[in-house]
Amino acid sequence: MPEQLEGSVAVARTVARCRPQVVCAYPITPQTHIVEGLSVLVREGSLAPCEFVNVESEFAALSVAIGASATGARTYTATASQGLLYMAEALYNASGLGLPIVMTVANRAIGAPINIWNDHSDSMSQRDCGWLQLFAEDNQQAVDLHVQAFRIAEELSVPVMVCMDGFVLTHAYEQVELPTQEQVDAFVPLYQPRQVLDPQAPITIGAMVGPEAFTEVRYLAHETQLRALEVIPRIGAEYAEVTGRPGGALVSAYNMTDADIVVVAMGSVLGTLKDTVDELAADGTQVGVVGITTYRPFPAAAVRAALADAARVVVLERAISPGVGGPLTADVRGALAGLSTEIVTVVAGLGGRAITRPSLRAMLLEAGRGALDLLTFLDLDLPQIQRAQLTGAGR
Amino acid sequence: MDKPFAITLDVGSSLVNKTGSWRTERPVYLDLMPPCNDACPAGENIQQWLYQAEDGGYEQAWRQIMLDNPLPAVMGRICYHPCQTACNRGQLDEAVGIHSVERFLGDEAIKRGWTVTVDIPASGQHVLVVGSGPCGLAAAYHLRRLGHEVTVVDAQEQLGGMMRYGIPRYRLPREVLDAEIARIVGMGVHVRTDTRVDDLATTMSEGGFDAAFLAVGAQVGRHTEIPAGDSARIIDALTLLQQASGDGEGPQLGQRVVVYGGGNTAMDAARTARRLGATEAIVVYRRTRDRMPAQPEEVDEALAEGVRMRWLSTIAAAEGQRLTIERMELDGNGFPQPTGEFEELDADTVVLALGQEVALDLLDGLPDVDVSHGVVAVDDNRMTGHAGVFAGGDMTVGDRTATTAIGHGKSAARRIDAWLRGSGSPGGARPALAAYERLNGWYYSDAPATVQHELTTARRVSTFDEVTAGLDEETALFEARRCLSCGNCFGCDNCYGVCPDNAVLKLGPTEYAVDLVHCKGCGLCAEECPCGAIEMVPETT
Amino acid sequence: MTTDVKFYQVGSFAVGNRLLSRDLRTVQSEETRANALTCGHRACRGCGEALGARYALDTAIEATKGKLVVVNATGCLEVFTTPYPESAWQVPWLHSLFGNAAAVATGVASALRAQGREDIRVVAQGGDGGTVDIGFACLSGMFERNDDVLYICYDNEGYMNTGVQRSAATPPAARTATTPAVGPEPGNRFGQGKDVPAIAMAHRIPYVATATVADLHDLEAKVRRAMELRGARYLHVLVPCPLGWATESDETIKIARLATQTGLFPVFAAENGDVVDVTPIRHHVPVDPYLEAQGRYAHLFAPSRRADVIARIQAEADRNIVRYDLLGRRGGT
Repeated sequence: MPEQLEGSVAVARTVARCRPQVVCAYPITPQTHIVEGLSVLVREGSLAPCEFVNVESEFAALSVAIGASATGARTYTATASQGLLYMAEALYNASGLGLPIVMTVANRAIGAPINIWNDHSDSMSQRDCGWLQLFAEDNQQAVDLHVQAFRIAEELSVPVMVCMDGFVLTHAYEQVELPTQEQVDAFVPLYQPRQVLDPQAPITIGAMVGPEAFTEVRYLAHETQLRALEVIPRIGAEYAEVTGRPGGALVSAYNMTDADIVVVAMGSVLGTLKDTVDELAADGTQVGVVGITTYRPFPAAAVRAALADAARVVVLERAISPGVGGPLTADVRGALAGLSTEIVTVVAGLGGRAITRPSLRAMLLEAGRGALDLLTFLDLDLPQIQRAQLTGAGR
Repeated sequence: MDKPFAITLDVGSSLVNKTGSWRTERPVYLDLMPPCNDACPAGENIQQWLYQAEDGGYEQAWRQIMLDNPLPAVMGRICYHPCQTACNRGQLDEAVGIHSVERFLGDEAIKRGWTVTVDIPASGQHVLVVGSGPCGLAAAYHLRRLGHEVTVVDAQEQLGGMMRYGIPRYRLPREVLDAEIARIVGMGVHVRTDTRVDDLATTMSEGGFDAAFLAVGAQVGRHTEIPAGDSARIIDALTLLQQASGDGEGPQLGQRVVVYGGGNTAMDAARTARRLGATEAIVVYRRTRDRMPAQPEEVDEALAEGVRMRWLSTIAAAEGQRLTIERMELDGNGFPQPTGEFEELDADTVVLALGQEVALDLLDGLPDVDVSHGVVAVDDNRMTGHAGVFAGGDMTVGDRTATTAIGHGKSAARRIDAWLRGSGSPGGARPALAAYERLNGWYYSDAPATVQHELTTARRVSTFDEVTAGLDEETALFEARRCLSCGNCFGCDNCYGVCPDNAVLKLGPTEYAVDLVHCKGCGLCAEECPCGAIEMVPETT
Repeated sequence: MTTDVKFYQVGSFAVGNRLLSRDLRTVQSEETRANALTCGHRACRGCGEALGARYALDTAIEATKGKLVVVNATGCLEVFTTPYPESAWQVPWLHSLFGNAAAVATGVASALRAQGREDIRVVAQGGDGGTVDIGFACLSGMFERNDDVLYICYDNEGYMNTGVQRSAATPPAARTATTPAVGPEPGNRFGQGKDVPAIAMAHRIPYVATATVADLHDLEAKVRRAMELRGARYLHVLVPCPLGWATESDETIKIARLATQTGLFPVFAAENGDVVDVTPIRHHVPVDPYLEAQGRYAHLFAPSRRADVIARIQAEADRNIVRYDLLGRRGGT
C-alpha cells in the first residue's frame, strides 16, 4: 500500500526489511536521515539481530563494513560527497576483496567550494572503483533498487552503490510503496558468503599480489562486472514478479517513437525530462529519453540499442570533468562508436542548481535545430562570469 | 568455498617457500665440556647426574656417578671438589654445591640399598689388583663391571687404604666407607687382606692372573734430617693417622704437638692431635699460607678448630721437648731461604707431615718396570714397562688425591680391559670447554635473599661435613637445580621459542632439531641459548 | 608478571623447562603451539615482529581455544606473510588497508555479535606506522566505542617496510631514511613524543599493556589477561628490527631486553586507565650499551661522542624509571 514518505525514510525502512546485520555510518548531509532512521530501528530492537556502529569517519564506516562483510554479515552503509571521497581507498579495497556491501550514496557536489546540494560529481569520481552503481530516478525506484542491490551484490560478490539525488530525492516526500517484509524475505535469501573469516576453516583474505597475477585479478573483476549486465535484468525481472513493480534495468527508454533527438540522463532529472518531452510532443516535437539506471558496469550494448535510431543525442550531465566535459558523454560516445550519431553534452544542475522545464525545453528545441555546441552549460549566468573575468577574479 | 583468485590464500601455504636458501650460517647443537666435568679427576659426568637429580631422579643420578666413581658417599665427603672451583655459576653468584649433592646421592644409595650388578658375560680373565685404596677399589669395581674376575690384595687388615688409615673419622665415618666397599665386594670381587705382595711376578704366575694393576699408594712418610736427641718424640703423620683411625684409643701425644709440613696431611694430623687431646697444635711450615699445598678450607677448618700456624719456619733441631725453629724468608722466586734467626718452641710430640713416598719393593722381580723420580712410570695406557702390569694412584705421577686415584683406577680398568680383549684403547676427542662467556646469564634467575641464606647453609654443610648433617632432599634438589648446564642442552625450549621462523622443531621434551629447509640462520637460537650449547657454523657452499 | 616458582636454574625467564609444570610454561614451549605464523614467511633474518606476532597470537589462540580472527594492517607483517600464492598464517586473517585495521576489526566483532558468535574473539594488529600514525583515528574510534577488539601494535619504531622512514614512534636522535644523520642535530628530532599506551589509557579502556619480545612470560601473561576481558584492549609490543635499527640478526632479543633494562621502554599494564602492574628492571643499565649496539645511533659515538645527546636520551630513561617506578623504589606495585 503506497505511503507518503520522505525518500530517506523509505530507503531506511526498505534497507531494514533486507535484514542487514551490521549498519555503520558517519553523518553527512544529505545522507543523514537514512542512517538516523536505521539507528532508531536498531535501537528499538525491531531490526535485531543487527549492530549499528557509530564511527568516527567515512573511512572507518566503510572499513567497519569491510570487516563485517568479510565475517559473513550482510552489511550496509550510506554516505555522500566528501564522505565518499574520504572512503575512496576503502572503496577499492571492498570491491577488490569482493565484499557484497550495499551503500546508498545521496549524491552531492564535491568542494571546494563546499556545497551540500545535489549533483553527481561524488559517485562519478568513483566510477572506476569496482563498485556497481545504480542510479534511482525517483524514490520508488530507490526503494526497489536497494532490495535488488543486496541480491545483486551477494550473487556476484561485489559491492553495490545505490545512488539517489541528495535533497531532490532524499528529502522529498512522495507516494512510495515499500515491498512487504514477506516479499523481501522471499526475494533476498539469507546471505551465503563466498568466503568468510571462520576459525573452523581459516583462510587468508587480502594477500599481496604481484605482477605475475595482478592483471588476471583485474581481468576477473572486469568479467564479474560484465556478468552483472546479465544478472541485473534477470534479478529485476524476478523482482517484478514478486512485487508487481518494474525491477531495475540497465537502461530505461521513454517516448522513443519517431524521436530523432534523444536525451540521455541519470537520476531524478529524468522525471523533469519526461514532463518536458511530453510538452514538446504536444507541440509536435518528438524527443526521446533514455535513462541510465546501471551506470557501472556501463551497459554499452543496451545504450547502443536504445539510441540506434537517434540522429542526435544530448547527454545531460550532472557532473563535469573539467577540461574535458561530461564523463557520461564519453561512455555514450563509446557505446555509439562507428555510428554517425551527433552527440552533444549539456552540463546541468551542478551543486544543486535547479533544472527547470523551461530551460530544458529551450535547450531541446535548440538541439533540434542542431544549434547546440558540443558542450553547453545550461542556464549559465554569463554576466556574472563576465564580471568575474573583468575583475580578475575569474582567473 | 569458492575463493577469489590470488586475493584469498590457503593457510600455511608458505611452507613451500624454502627460506633456508637465505642462510649463510646454520645452528648446530653442541655437547661441550662443562667446567665441572673438565675439572673432575675421576672423570665424572657431573652435569649429567645433576640433571638427573634435578627432577628427583636420584637413583638414576647415582647410577650415572657410578659409571665413573664407585664411592660417591666417600668422595662426597673427602673430595676437594675441583669441580666447584671450576663451576661457572661461581661467576654468577656462587658455585653449585656439587660435592654435597654427590654426598646426598651417595648416602641415599646406602640408605636405600642400591647396588650395581655385572651385566655382561664373564670374560674368563682374571686381574690382580694390588692395593685397596680408592685407586685399587675403583679399578677392581670397573674391571668387574667389564666382566673380568678380580682379586684385590692388600697388606692391611681391612680394605680402604688411605681412606681408612689416612683420613680421620671426623671427615669420613667408617660406616660410610664400609658400606661402599661392601657394595664393591658384593659384586663378586675376591679379597685377600693381610697379604703383602713382595714378588709380583711370582704372585701373578702362581695365581694365574692375566694382568695386574698396582695401586699400593705412597705410604712411606718422607723424613727430613732433623738433628734430634734420643728423647725427642717424633712420629710420622701417616702413623699417627693410622693409629687414630680405629675405634680404640689413639696414641698419646701430650699437650703440645707440633706438626711439620703444610699439606692436607699436616692439617689432618693437627686436627687429629686436637681431637686426641692436645691443647696446643702448631703447624710449622717453611713458606707462607698462600703457598701452602693444603686446601684452603682444610686450613680454615683447622684454624677454626684452634690449630695455630707458624709460617716461614723450619725445625732446625729437636732436643727433649725443646725445638729450635729457624725463621725463613722467601727469595725472589718464592723459595724459602734460611735467615739464621732462631727461636725455641716446646713440643711433647713432633709430627712429620712432609709428604709420602712409594714403597717399590714389590717390583723387585720385574726389572722392566721403570721407576723415575720415585714413582712408577706408565705409558698412556697406564701400563708399566712390563706387559700386562698396570699402575695408578699415588705410586704414579699425578695429584695425590683420592679423586685422582679413582680416575686412575677407572681409566686403568678400561685400558686393561682393552688390552685383555686386544681392542684399541678407549676414549675419544675431548669436546671444547664450555666457558662462562658462552652463557647467556640473563636466563638464570637471581637467587632472592631468602635463598642466599640457603646457599650459605649449603656451603657450610659441604665443608663442615660430619659436624653438621648432610643436605636434606629439598636442599639437594635446590643445589642440583642451580646447575647452569654449561655447554649442554637442558631442555629450556629457548631455541624452540625464539626462532622467528619456527625453524626449530621440538621433537619431544628436551629434544630439538633445526628445520634447515626454513632456517634463515639468524642466530637468535644460539645467542639466546642460556647454556651456550648452540653454535652458528658457516655454510659451505 | 613473571611466574613465582621456586626454580632457580632458569627460573621463569627461559621459554620453558622440563621441570616446570605445564601451566607455568609458556605457550611457546609446547610442541602443540598453534604456530599462527608458520615457516616460509619472508621476514628478514632475526625479525622481531615475526617473533612478536607468533608469540601474541599463539597465546591468544590458546586463550580462546582457537576461536580467533585476526585483522592485519598493511606493513611488514602483512607483506612478508602473504605474498601470493603463499600465506604464512594459520588463523583466519584479513588484511584491508594501512590505516583501518582497528575499524575493520570493529566490523568483524560487530558481525560476530550480530551473528551470536561472540565466543569468537578478534585481534587487530599492525606496526607502529599503521597504529600511531595513519591508523590512529580508527584506533581511537575503536577505543572510544570500547569495541570488543584486542589491538596489538608491533612497534619497531619506524616505517621499515617502505625502507626505514621516520614514524611518530621513532625515538629521538635515531637515524632513519627521512631523519638522516647529517647536520648539527643528526637523526630524529627530540619531540614531546606520542605515547600511544598513555593515550590508550586516557580512553579508560579495560586494558592497556606494554611488552617486548625479550620477556615471553610477561607478553603471554598480558595477552592472556587481555583475552579474559571484553571491550577495547591495547597491547604495545616492542619488536626490534635488525634492518631498521642496524643490528645483527641474532641481537633482536638482546636489544629489546636492553630497551627495558635501561628504562627507555617501560613495561607495565593498566586497567580502566590506571596502572596496575609494572615489570621492574632486573639489571639496570645506562642507555649507552643500548644505543651503541644499534647502527641507527652510530652518529652519537663517531666521529666524536655526542655526550649532550646521550644525556638527553638518558634523561628520558630516567624519567620513565621515576614515572613508572621501574626500580621498585616506591615499594611494591
